[in-house]
Amino acid sequence: MSDRQRHTFVVYVEDKPGVLNRVASLFRRRAFNIDSLTVGHSETCSTSRMTIVVETDLIGAKRLEANLYKLVNVVRVHDITQVPAIYRELAMVKVTATTETRTHIMQLVDVFRARVVDVAPDSVVIEITGTEDKIQGLLEMLRPYGILELVRTGRVGMVRGKRSVVVDPADLTGESNVATDDDKADDPNISYSV
Amino acid sequence: MFNVRTGAQIIWEALVREGVKTVFGYPGGAILPAYDAMLDYPIRHILVRHEQGATHMADGYARASGGVGVAVATSGPGATNMVTGIATAMLDSSPILCITGQVGSKLIGSDAFQETDVTGVTLPITKHNYLVSDVDEIASTIHEAMYVARSGRPGPVLVDITKDAQQASTELQWDPSDVKLPGYAPDRRASQAEYQRAAGLINSAKRPVIFAGHGVLLSGAMRQVLDLAERTNIPIAMTLLGIGGVPAQHPLNMGMMGMHGEAWVNAAIQEADLLLAFGMRFDDRVTGNLKTYAPNARKIHIDIDPAEFNKNVTVDVTLAGDLSAVLDDLSPLVESGDRAAWLDMIGEMKGDVAVRDIQNLPDSGQLYAAHVINDIWRMTDGKAIVVTDVGQHQMWEAQYYHHNDPRTLITSGGLGTMGFALPAAVGAKMARPEAEVWVVAGDGGFQMTMAELATIAQEKIKINVAIINNGYLGMVRQWQEFFYERRYAATPLFSPDFAKLAECFGLRGATVKVRRDVEPTVELARADERTAVIDFHVEQEDTVYPMVPAGADLHNMIRRPSLAPIVETADDD
Repeated sequence: MSDRQRHTFVVYVEDKPGVLNRVASLFRRRAFNIDSLTVGHSETCSTSRMTIVVETDLIGAKRLEANLYKLVNVVRVHDITQVPAIYRELAMVKVTATTETRTHIMQLVDVFRARVVDVAPDSVVIEITGTEDKIQGLLEMLRPYGILELVRTGRVGMVRGKRSVVVDPADLTGESNVATDDDKADDPNISYSV
Repeated sequence: MFNVRTGAQIIWEALVREGVKTVFGYPGGAILPAYDAMLDYPIRHILVRHEQGATHMADGYARASGGVGVAVATSGPGATNMVTGIATAMLDSSPILCITGQVGSKLIGSDAFQETDVTGVTLPITKHNYLVSDVDEIASTIHEAMYVARSGRPGPVLVDITKDAQQASTELQWDPSDVKLPGYAPDRRASQAEYQRAAGLINSAKRPVIFAGHGVLLSGAMRQVLDLAERTNIPIAMTLLGIGGVPAQHPLNMGMMGMHGEAWVNAAIQEADLLLAFGMRFDDRVTGNLKTYAPNARKIHIDIDPAEFNKNVTVDVTLAGDLSAVLDDLSPLVESGDRAAWLDMIGEMKGDVAVRDIQNLPDSGQLYAAHVINDIWRMTDGKAIVVTDVGQHQMWEAQYYHHNDPRTLITSGGLGTMGFALPAAVGAKMARPEAEVWVVAGDGGFQMTMAELATIAQEKIKINVAIINNGYLGMVRQWQEFFYERRYAATPLFSPDFAKLAECFGLRGATVKVRRDVEPTVELARADERTAVIDFHVEQEDTVYPMVPAGADLHNMIRRPSLAPIVETADDD
């Protein structure tokens, strides 16, 4: 498929045991490959927010959205791929650093606007926040020095401006299940659980 | 503390308030408190011989009644035995509620005796499931589970209740109001623009075909579909699970489509310029090769589940929602028409179909499954509820028993579960005791769940069983004949004397080997107050025609060889 690309979904789910398992299981069951999945608290208590990145085509993205809505615990799904949004990821990198190389590494850290958060006699730990590209760039530069350990959080995303994917509190009481807000009006194909 | 109940009592209290009168189950350690409490409630419990049977019975009950069927089992093996029945209900959108006992909440995760992570096991094959370990959540969970099972696109829901929650006591809180779930809104409506686009396509279509799927029955849209078809003169093709949604004898009803559908129905689909898919999902058994499927047709897809849109077949217009509601909105926009040229063309495609019909072959004294099923159809005036198993007999049933009424064919379509028929028929009979219920099963599938004959005997249930016995796992044998050079690996099948088997359960048994014995034996079976099992020894290497080989083009069907001379038979069409 020519229109395959990385789609970013913001998914609000009820904060209940097993919900992450249900979401992850859906991707496996429908043969979608998760690039990354992050989950944490949202601005609304009792609701968690996931950012899920999947490579698929447009029809696949629509089907995925419809399938996510079929999960009873999923409150809201928003494919933010086509709207202006900010994406960030955090990484921590432990790099071999000798007396000779430490200065070079520090310079790279400055250029990438990263931070050194731990220094040991033979290593440093660097924290970097940014897009995946930026993190990838730093990693390329650090690789010759010897990367000892790497951890990445995966992508989180947020739509720019006032337009948001915030859960309508009415949704949480179940009073406003029929599509009413702007996002849904924009998109006649948006689907809900059945 | 007036309303104090144990969790076990609350289970039944909730089920009774939900209108449940019959449950199918099997007791065990972790569900014992619930069973103890059951005796005090107006519940008919059917003791099965295997928990798979309980789920199929609940499924048959749901399909025959349109309500929710309920199955009960204990933890561990009791619950895992339900898996096949749950998956069957899932793929055919059948609303069942499974209640399982779970080990005490303090033991969860300890690999305790008969502990299984049942919510984990059934996660991908349930519409939703719950683990309840708090007695205060039992009533609301059952209320919610029943709602989830029957609303929107129906499906199986499992509620796993720990033993300590069943034993604990609390004040009964019953809130009968509508369930409100933040992320669950089964009533979707498409936009006006989509209705306009759909109507435009229909009004300009010269060669349209309506596809009537299971959704027609689930939505109760039989009248709307027929009204639309009659007003526009659009012919109808049915999926296997759509059978009964449109009367078989209606002149616009062409019959079944797909792998073993009528050849001329498939030919019409390939010629069509518009497909109107009503509550069906373009299963691979219906489409054949997707690359050559209905190449000239625009497609309108109406389904309550938007996840079905563009899954297998890319469509032009999607209308999400409950079929009868969508058709109520769509019909006023659709213009009447006679489409005489298209109907004439379909008449021509029908061509020599009668010549090839096995009913019209000379009586050679051999007994064919098609004879048996056609005779049962005639003798029951087409009014029986027929519950089939899976395989050749299932396709012959679909071809030769002509259903005019909804919910009279009950069959495992999506999952193709052998062993489904006998227990599902018990469920159907419990749902509609006044109806005549027939099982049509093969010798293979029947042996998978024939232990339920004991259930039938114990509960004094009256159904009739026709075993289409050809000594093979017939459908697999047919595939071996066509695609594996007749190498019959593991398909020849020994069977016991089914008539004697029935008799040793105290039921009626009979064996039929020639066609002239079909009618009198069926008559005696129907008249007997006991369940009757008739073992029909049919032609061993008979084949289901026509056939689209898996993945082949829909119009390239293997046809029954045309044999002369042709004789006319009176009643068969």
